[in-house]
Amino acid sequence: MATTNKNQNTAKWEYSPALESTKVTIESKSKLFIGGKFVSPKSRSWFATVNPATEAKLADVACAGKADVEAAVKAAKTALPKWSRLSGTERAKYLYRVARRIQERAREFAILETIDGGKPIKESRDIDIPLAAQHFFYYAGWADKLAYAFPGSTPAPVGVCAQIIPWNFPLLMAAWKLAPALACGNTCILKPAETTSLTALRLGEVFQEVGLPEGVVNILTGEGDTGRLLAQHNAVNKVAFTGSTEVGKLLMRETAGTGKKLTLELGGKSANILFADAAIDQAVEGIVAGIYFNQGHVCCAGSRLFVEEPILEEVIYKLKQRLGTLRVGDPLDKNTDLGAINSRSQLKVVEGYIRSGVKEGAQLHQLTTKRLPSKGFWCNPCFFTDVQPSHTIAREEIFGPVLSVMTFRTPEEAISRANNSPYGLAAGVWTDKGAKIFEVAKKLDAGIVWCNTYNKFDASSPFGGFKESGFGREGGMHGLRPYVRLGGV
Amino acid sequence: MRKPIDTVMVEQRATSFTRRSIKTESKQQGLRLALSMIDLTTLEGKDSPEKVRSLCHKAITPWECEIEPPLPSVAAVCVYPSLVQVAKRALEGSGVSVASVATGFPSGQYPIAVRLNDVVEAVKSGADEIDMVINRGAFLSGCTEEVADEIAQVRVACGKSHLKIILETGELETLENVRIASDLAIRAAASTGPINDGEVFIKTSTGKVSPAATMPVTLVMLEAIRDYYEETGVRIGMKPAGGIKTAKQALHYLVMVKETLGDDWLTPNLFRFGASSLTNDVLRQIRKQQTGSYAATYDFSEA
Repeated sequence: MATTNKNQNTAKWEYSPALESTKVTIESKSKLFIGGKFVSPKSRSWFATVNPATEAKLADVACAGKADVEAAVKAAKTALPKWSRLSGTERAKYLYRVARRIQERAREFAILETIDGGKPIKESRDIDIPLAAQHFFYYAGWADKLAYAFPGSTPAPVGVCAQIIPWNFPLLMAAWKLAPALACGNTCILKPAETTSLTALRLGEVFQEVGLPEGVVNILTGEGDTGRLLAQHNAVNKVAFTGSTEVGKLLMRETAGTGKKLTLELGGKSANILFADAAIDQAVEGIVAGIYFNQGHVCCAGSRLFVEEPILEEVIYKLKQRLGTLRVGDPLDKNTDLGAINSRSQLKVVEGYIRSGVKEGAQLHQLTTKRLPSKGFWCNPCFFTDVQPSHTIAREEIFGPVLSVMTFRTPEEAISRANNSPYGLAAGVWTDKGAKIFEVAKKLDAGIVWCNTYNKFDASSPFGGFKESGFGREGGMHGLRPYVRLGGV
Repeated sequence: MRKPIDTVMVEQRATSFTRRSIKTESKQQGLRLALSMIDLTTLEGKDSPEKVRSLCHKAITPWECEIEPPLPSVAAVCVYPSLVQVAKRALEGSGVSVASVATGFPSGQYPIAVRLNDVVEAVKSGADEIDMVINRGAFLSGCTEEVADEIAQVRVACGKSHLKIILETGELETLENVRIASDLAIRAAASTGPINDGEVFIKTSTGKVSPAATMPVTLVMLEAIRDYYEETGVRIGMKPAGGIKTAKQALHYLVMVKETLGDDWLTPNLFRFGASSLTNDVLRQIRKQQTGSYAATYDFSEA
């Protein structure tokens, strides 16, 4: 009786499209950034980069060949003496300027990241670009304090660094690699992933704008071969790679015995352990953030979920409910939660794993999205129950929005199952008991352990793995170590 | 029954609702929906019959204008018991409900007999809805049985009037307390008889204590409502009150309700805003959508 309001709203309330409408211009034929200038590739070879949400071609990207690699390494080597002798305070000034310029051009970077890589604008705007700027700010702060980071020794730069980065967080990974290297006085050649070159090239413009000395950073777009040539080059002193374990092993072979320093940040099959005494609603939130963030294209994605048996049913139920609220679609729509899969080849990989999961007997629960665009690379987020630890989907890195749910009965079982993996990048522990958190966390073979949260990143926090997830740390004070040689006082 | 609540992730989830971008059609529709959910409130010692009458007029017709489709009325007018009769007369036949705070609002620190009598009088004067306060003193000292018992008694005293149970979350402080109090209030109300959709609400605040409604607190309460619905099929209503002043905030709350409880709850029958200044900001935004320019604050009547 109380509410017979005269004109109640009866139509269902839906979100209207909210497209990011700012236009960003993209050069139709891109160049290489060598010695502070954009130059045409001597290889005279280009390849197309497409928008994974529409399959429309965005630009022809230069494919650097042997002569281009030669030129870039030479430029970096030439720039090294002056740059490395510059005082830390002076180097910091450049890094601060880069950070501020990224902030100023944040919207442009975010849009570009989204149309080139397929990730939702919400994430590139709120996570990728701000964190990239934060990394430059953070390492700018270290540039004149290196002596304090390594007490008792004199840190000297390593030299010319070849940095090969993946396509999942293009600009952010560039920042992770470049900022500490530059702070320590090294010069760099950055090789972005072939499907996501555009923001790295824009970063080249930023380096020009802030007047970074020529050759301190060189950017070589290209395919796998470009990276290999770069890593093999004699004048390169250090190789830093983020990407697949397969390529990581290759690089390790290439650099063995050459005296080159190497850091690898590779794959993962990270475990999220959910105890019955956890805050379950919030844990479900963390599981979702852990696996569906960036379409699951995250090396530390929490792709294996271990649930304590008594709460399995509740967790599955709530996970399904939450899955239902995720919005898959146009990455430029501000309300999109999951965008497009980065490339056709990656989509095939993910679909292959989903098929194998079904074939091997696991039960698939997948969101059904009506009206997905007819073009583009799309994969609805999903999770599997009835997964056996021996299933392919429970062992191999999928790098897509696919979660494997398993159970455990005791903490010991949870720990041994979590550690039963060739990888050791990240893990999550969910419990309301403080003592249990520390007890479990210290027994997990993982470089990063998140407690009652997941996928939190900060420039001041070191990131990196064990076992086949690689070695070396990025971020924090630890992130300086791969970029210095330590001498006596 | 204690349920662990983790503040960090609650806040992260609450923030995610504010990242939804509500534009064009959906903004227009959302604003009207928000308007229809407002409990237009005046709870001051200096309230006069005249002020309540003008508030009632505003409630029925928030804005005198030619607009298509016509604007909805707000859901209810919320006053002290002494002004219920005035409101009841002014709202006669309008469809807008009269809500009255009772049970020794806002502190609830009176003998239970006085509090119950407060409810009986308000109902007798014509209140369609009773906004009660829980006994926070008893709750915080661990006497949850006492709190539950009192809520049950108040619901009985309400008769056919709807009941909104104010937890005063600003005094409960922790999200875990908020969850415990939500579960307790719902179960206590249900203990006296079946609940039809919208007959019982849980409500964040009196508006007299800071902080009043926040998104994390409201989210925890919505989750309690959701879990109760899963268990029993009964839909409990939700009313955040105090601190929601802008149309944008209201839309964020609607997003939170939609994504936590689903579309079924997007009705004044199950969701309300306890607010006063919100009304004019919603009107300003509606007008902006219509004309493309913002109205001045004095373009809309105060009450």
